[in-house]
Amino acid sequence: MELTISIILGFMIIGAIYALHAKDLLSAVIAMGIVGYGLVICFLLLRAPDLAIVQIVVETITLVIMVAVVLDSTRKELEPAFDRKSLFNRIAAYVIFAGLFYFFLLAIETQDPLGMHSLGMADRYVTGAVEQTGSVNLVTGVLFDFRAYDTLGEAVILYTAALGATTLLRMKGKK
Amino acid sequence: MKGMSIIVKKVSQLMAGLIFMYGIYIILHGHLTPGGGFAGGAIIAGAFILLILAFGSNALNLKKEIAGSSNTESLAVLMVVVLALMALLFGSKTFFFNYLPKGEPGALLSAGVIPLYNIFIGIEVAGAILTIFLALVIFKEESSK
Repeated sequence: MELTISIILGFMIIGAIYALHAKDLLSAVIAMGIVGYGLVICFLLLRAPDLAIVQIVVETITLVIMVAVVLDSTRKELEPAFDRKSLFNRIAAYVIFAGLFYFFLLAIETQDPLGMHSLGMADRYVTGAVEQTGSVNLVTGVLFDFRAYDTLGEAVILYTAALGATTLLRMKGKK
Repeated sequence: MKGMSIIVKKVSQLMAGLIFMYGIYIILHGHLTPGGGFAGGAIIAGAFILLILAFGSNALNLKKEIAGSSNTESLAVLMVVVLALMALLFGSKTFFFNYLPKGEPGALLSAGVIPLYNIFIGIEVAGAILTIFLALVIFKEESSK
């Protein structure tokens, strides 16, 4: 299974790099689709069907909206200007990337291998969840019973996003 | 926004109802099978977005629709809070307490208030995604005029 996930991750990285450098914006959007749907297959292989359903639906909706936006506006990638300010930005990006990569190398030394986590807090949830919540689907039981505050927070985040979109995206404001 | 060709219109007309029903199935069986309020709500919003993109619409109709969808999602998120507050009246006095009878695990009517939370979170997610989409479409329609 690790080999399959590694191959899919390789495809996802290639797709992401192609999306950055594509001259045609439509092919860049399609290449971003590779990343999203590859993530769906990874979730399925890691036995997380709940996440896979959400990811496949959200990926499809965003892909459709992005394709509509690209077809409606322009398909050409902007040529980046090269001046002193962009040079500083590039150097800063490389320094930050090197720092993050160093801490990533430090982190994978101490991490458990994939799927072999020590179940500290999660042990409480996994063992007695069906009796305590009555929900056979463990994920829903955790989301709406043990961690219901998180779910309320997510719902309020979506509500705020919709509120912000309707408030900001208007041509004339109300007096 | 103008609509697409007749083939796209006919296929999306046939498919949208099935997609909508699948979203309702995912929401109602959220405590039994994978999925739940978030996944089902996104699927339901996808059915509406499919129809709007295929058939096209003018800004006036879209404004009526965005009023409806934003009202619906506001009411749904309010209902989630009301359901959580009702736990302070019944059972032990804790916020988000599961106060309804649990029933037999695996049955459709089980798990207490979790199916109700699923339904209202599903309505909220569907309304929110649809509202954001409609706000973008209306902005584009008005700015191109």
